[in-house]
Amino acid sequence: MEAGWWGVLIAVLGGAIRIGTPFLFVSLGECLTEKSGRINLGLEGTLVMGAMTGYAVSLHSGSPWLGVVCAGLAGMVLGALHSWLCSFQRVNDIAVGIAMMLFGTGLAFFLGKPYIQPSAPRLPSIDLGAWSEIPQLQAALQINALFLVGIVVAIALAWMLKNTAWGLKVRVVGESADAARALGLPVDRIRILSTAQGGFLAGIGGSYLSLYYPFNWSEGLSSGQGLMAVALVIFARWQPVGCLWVSLLWGGAAALGPSLQSVGITGGYYIFNAIPYIMTLAVMIITCSPRRTLVGVPHELTVSR
Amino acid sequence: MTNGVPPDLQALGITKRFGPLTALKDVNFQLRSAQFHALLGENGAGKSTLVKCIMGYYHPDEGTILLNQEQATIRSPRDAQTFGIGMVYQQFTLIPNMTVLENLVISKAKLAPLIDWQKEERQLAEFMEKMPFKVSLTARVSSLAAGEKQKVEILKQLALQNRILILDEPTSVLTPQEADEMLGHLRAMTLTQQLSVLIITHKLREVEAFADEVTVLRKGQFVGSGKVSELTVSQMAEMMVGSAVTAKPKQRHVQSTKVPKLVLHDIRVKDESSVEVVRGLHLTIHEGEIVGVAGVSGNGQRELVEVLAGQRQATAGTIRVHDQPYQPTRQKIMRHKMFCLPEEPLQNTCVGRMSVAENLAFRNFDVEPHAVGGWLISRPALRRSAYDLIERYNIKPPYPDTPIQSLSGGNVQRAVLARELSADVEILIIANPCFGLDFLAMEEIRLQIVAARNRGTAVLLVSEDLDEILELSDRTVVMFNGQFVYETMSSDADLRIIGRHMTGHAT
Repeated sequence: MEAGWWGVLIAVLGGAIRIGTPFLFVSLGECLTEKSGRINLGLEGTLVMGAMTGYAVSLHSGSPWLGVVCAGLAGMVLGALHSWLCSFQRVNDIAVGIAMMLFGTGLAFFLGKPYIQPSAPRLPSIDLGAWSEIPQLQAALQINALFLVGIVVAIALAWMLKNTAWGLKVRVVGESADAARALGLPVDRIRILSTAQGGFLAGIGGSYLSLYYPFNWSEGLSSGQGLMAVALVIFARWQPVGCLWVSLLWGGAAALGPSLQSVGITGGYYIFNAIPYIMTLAVMIITCSPRRTLVGVPHELTVSR
Repeated sequence: MTNGVPPDLQALGITKRFGPLTALKDVNFQLRSAQFHALLGENGAGKSTLVKCIMGYYHPDEGTILLNQEQATIRSPRDAQTFGIGMVYQQFTLIPNMTVLENLVISKAKLAPLIDWQKEERQLAEFMEKMPFKVSLTARVSSLAAGEKQKVEILKQLALQNRILILDEPTSVLTPQEADEMLGHLRAMTLTQQLSVLIITHKLREVEAFADEVTVLRKGQFVGSGKVSELTVSQMAEMMVGSAVTAKPKQRHVQSTKVPKLVLHDIRVKDESSVEVVRGLHLTIHEGEIVGVAGVSGNGQRELVEVLAGQRQATAGTIRVHDQPYQPTRQKIMRHKMFCLPEEPLQNTCVGRMSVAENLAFRNFDVEPHAVGGWLISRPALRRSAYDLIERYNIKPPYPDTPIQSLSGGNVQRAVLARELSADVEILIIANPCFGLDFLAMEEIRLQIVAARNRGTAVLLVSEDLDEILELSDRTVVMFNGQFVYETMSSDADLRIIGRHMTGHAT
């Protein structure tokens, strides 16, 4: 029994990385977008579109890495479209986000019909657990390179927001559009670029879904990761490195059900699978009180005004 | 930019129209090198418009700007900066969630792609050494008091090496002491030829104490200018208003009785970031008494008014009205007739797109005669009441069907006051009632407030204008950092003592 519980713990940690990686990319994308003062709910659509694009390109070219890059580019186009629409007068970013979510998923299903059957080349993984004799540990330490890329991106993003002129401009635009205009900063352009970059990251997150785990392309591929990213970013207090920890937490929570099942605990399987959603709901309830403003929230966000 | 003495600035024949409205008509103005110049005028006289023309925010329809007798083309505030002209606005343009250091760095015209924070901090610390006042570079702007924010704004302009500094009503958010300190520093810098200063103001006391020269505008036109030393205060006031005016002392018919109407006991309020901003207030207001709450804005006054108006929940404490516990439900508001004229009434207590008649009926649209049987709204009845109030309170334009947001500030104020006073108000909560009003409207509103007092209403007057409080209230309390720290009868109030309490520098 002792070894069984260790097995669960190891499986949860491995699952945290495996399931948390797409959360990481989407939440980093959302974090950058929100830092510039807009919310992009369309990232759910971006994620699905990225998954489809990555799978298709990988299939046709034989290179999964090219698929990842193209998925990012597709996400970038959707992000740019969102922020371009939002830069018109009296256009609300939440409403456009919902429209973009429907548009992105719809377009991906339409274009992705032929790719449901064939099998594309998979993204390779790195065996960090080869030293170990224990099969569970070996499985848990099979880590995809994209996760490592994600860690680098998180740290780089935090550094960039603090130490570069570009990062400072993004923050000023997110904190006060009026102040930014008084400083002569092009508010809309900075937001468009930030949202496009955020879309790029979310697209990569999508390609991870289709090219590594669960590794297929179907219409039910995403399970709301793009929308949950909004809650993750709130929980991470708009800190990129915080997004890393929060993504692992959510990934681990999602891995709990399957891990328990693997040691024979099947009761409440569906309840365990619902834990990430329950956590998301809890975060929203705890943080969204009308009588308080959130710590660290960019002031231009529609939720904080 | 420019070294040596600040340049001489002239604006010649400036005319600016906004559609059919002529905001400035053929205005001439000169700011001589290293002078402290005051631009005087009432609200709407065109002071801000003139300054914005100089700064390149607006483009004048006619007229030219000269710097050292040479024509200067200023198309944007960026251009103005290259000429060494900088402006400090009435609303702070600092970013609250960032540190002072970050705010000063972001305002630089050229940002290096990679920011070397240590170098920037060293350079700004060196610059700060040479300045007469200091602010901590690592402090978050949101944690600074208004006076300190103002200093950061000024430091920002000086760090950009601007030699002409324009300040739009710089002292409106400061205590008298903070204002004197800040203006004194600027004055010293003009005396050493480092700076020319132009302040927009309507406070004659400051003009007299600090300015070398004054220019007066009225209704968009140049009225006069001259050396402050050669003008008396009443001459300047006359130029501003157009005729000799004195604020008439308000008639107080009745002595206030000792019947308590509103009793606050240990009221505590938290703001949106869970900081306690009102920290245990005790106050009793009697029948026929005006109690003035003085204080620099941001010391909890807004939250207190919101609690009394029912727009915010107190975290602790009790409100008793007519010796009964009070919660701001519609029933209790109506029974006790506790009404409110908050600041910025158009945003806070009107629905801008609804008509004047509808807005006037917010307190009583659901009772007879406005609601037949208590549920069917009678539009003719609403209008009849509206016509009545419009006439009694002189609301213009006198049409009940216009959306209230199209009225001028003074008329919105009159309309809301009409609504709140009309139902034999027993307790009235008022915040900054004359903010942004011209002299006549101001007098009228103040007379109405005193008249209500004379009818026995208990009035709580929260205002940033100390003169207004001393003129209207029977008793004055000073609010600082969420508490009442000082109380005096207004008749024997000492401005200096009140000022010290407002800054928390008492004893």
